[in-house]
Amino acid sequence: MLELFFLQSNPASTVAKAVNDSSNYFPIGIQILFAVGFVAVMMVLTHLLGPKRPTAQKLENFESGIEIHGNARQPMAVKYFLVAILFVLFDVEVIFFYPYAVNFKELGWSGFVAVLMFVGFFLCGFYYIIKKGALTWED
Amino acid sequence: MEITQILFWFLSVLAVFGALMMVTSKNPVYSVLWLIVVFFAISGHYILLNAQFLAIVNIIVYAGAIMVLFLFVIMLMNLNAETEPQKNKWLKIAGVVAGCSLMLVFVAALRQSDELLKAPVSMGGETGLIKTLGKTLFTDYVLPFEISSVLFLSAMVGAVVIGKKGD
Amino acid sequence: MWSLSNIAANIDQWLNANMSPTWALIVEMVIAGVAVIGLFAALGLVLVIMERKVSAWIQIRLGPNRVGPKGMLQSLADTLKLLVKEGMTPGGADKLLFNVAPFVAMIVAMLLLAPIAFAKDFQLWDLNIGVLYISAVSSISVISILMAGWASNNKYSLLGAMRSGAQIVSYELSAGLAVLAIVVLTGSLRISDIIQAQENGWWLFKGHIPVIIAFIIFIIAVTAETNRAPFDLAEAESELTAGFHTEYSGMKFALFFLAEYVNVFIVCAIGATLFLGGWMPFHIGNWHAFNGVMDWIPSSVWFFGKTFFLIFVIMWFRWTFPRLRIDQLLNLEWKYLLPISMFNLLLVTLIAIMGWHF
Repeated sequence: MLELFFLQSNPASTVAKAVNDSSNYFPIGIQILFAVGFVAVMMVLTHLLGPKRPTAQKLENFESGIEIHGNARQPMAVKYFLVAILFVLFDVEVIFFYPYAVNFKELGWSGFVAVLMFVGFFLCGFYYIIKKGALTWED
Repeated sequence: MEITQILFWFLSVLAVFGALMMVTSKNPVYSVLWLIVVFFAISGHYILLNAQFLAIVNIIVYAGAIMVLFLFVIMLMNLNAETEPQKNKWLKIAGVVAGCSLMLVFVAALRQSDELLKAPVSMGGETGLIKTLGKTLFTDYVLPFEISSVLFLSAMVGAVVIGKKGD
Repeated sequence: MWSLSNIAANIDQWLNANMSPTWALIVEMVIAGVAVIGLFAALGLVLVIMERKVSAWIQIRLGPNRVGPKGMLQSLADTLKLLVKEGMTPGGADKLLFNVAPFVAMIVAMLLLAPIAFAKDFQLWDLNIGVLYISAVSSISVISILMAGWASNNKYSLLGAMRSGAQIVSYELSAGLAVLAIVVLTGSLRISDIIQAQENGWWLFKGHIPVIIAFIIFIIAVTAETNRAPFDLAEAESELTAGFHTEYSGMKFALFFLAEYVNVFIVCAIGATLFLGGWMPFHIGNWHAFNGVMDWIPSSVWFFGKTFFLIFVIMWFRWTFPRLRIDQLLNLEWKYLLPISMFNLLLVTLIAIMGWHF
């Protein structure tokens, strides 16, 4: 099953036809291996080449030169949470567009109306979010 | 062994190992990162079954969106060792018992299903491609699709209510 | 002919003639991997010197001019310097995550490079869901930033990572919707199909005003997604020192830096592919002589020309617009770009159904 993966859109290669096959995803593994290898080589190289003279002061966390106050891991503003959860919801909406965008010619008007309704519901939610002031940063 | 079989075993071991590490990690940030590893392994399984759309959506929605949300939440609370609430010992035991019972139910259900074992797992095929999936979604499953948007609407309202509590 | 696809085909033939197919495949994979790493390093060097030269040009100064002719070897010297620096991990940091974060950033950048078409018939990996793959992999990059920021155990890093996370996820939405406008017009997610559809004109010219709006939104969104000025408040020097990579030094910092520049290249390459026709030469209707001259220019020159033009535009932004505040940044996305791009996408769909585009 392993054919040529090198340069797939090349007409000379035989694999160009079988794009719908799952073996087509093999290059991703190779790419990850090379990426990990490259970064690992760089890290090892810099450890070998660089000096190693750790002192207590050097290893302190940077805080603009003043003494460290407490732990950095303090509770954060809840606004970030709201942005993240709204992102999850809208991201799913964007995902639903992909199968539609590939098929919209066959689906015609009925598909368009379905998507319009879907987006309509989202816009209702969006209106509610804006009206409630959930995205205003300062209260 | 064929190459798909090797990949299957590799991904399965990775998924199970990631899940175990996720449960046993003391640090919640590590747990989330191990869960991301699990999602990638599962996406690999989807690709082996040629369910490409599902694989990619699994990465976008779970690894890219929901896990980022989890990381955000963990960083929002930033529980340090001293501020972390102590867990009840009985609660832990109850959790273990509940987990074991669920496992028992799963094993029993899987042992019962003979037809599941007989049916050959089809590698490849066109079912999982985005084109086929979209056609089915927008013709046969239009109603659930629309209803899901109502679900999203309620989720939005819920998020705003929780996030804006207190003012 | 000295086109990239011919060179690749010749290598392929020669390897298959001299070795068994399995070995030829392995050798080809190694060649492809080494080529990608080489491209990575070259891009890093070129883009850093380009950034410095462009900013010097805009500010009417000389920029780096000591190392090599006209200072062109400056970034090479900087790389060597960073390589021999001490790669330390701060005492309070989470050692494992601190060192894993640069790996994630680099893996994401390298995976994004795979489906890009560099020239005619020259593409490492022509995936049938190419565009979706790109948006999936790029959504992972935020995890490396959150990891680095949290593991550093530094107040600046954590705040920078949180800001950067909120910013990247927000702008991912409108970038995705802008990309979808082109997917709707083409009806395919495959990069080579999208380029082929622009044979008789780039989408920017063929698709009326909605595509121009989508292009503008795309450029704004990717500028924000790559954390570049005016959206660079994740590493706003004046308030957060260096944002999420405050504690990183030496090669570990360089890897983040490299990934950032390669990401700029990748988003510009995707913008050039979707809106400006990728390697397709510029053609005007029936001007056959003009089109012939345009065809004579190699496709790789077209691709890199368009991509570097977009990179130049993004560098230009940096010296034109002042930095936004976090509330202004999120307002811009959620109150303006997101609704506009959503309506715009519906408009594009309507145009495509009615067949109003050229």
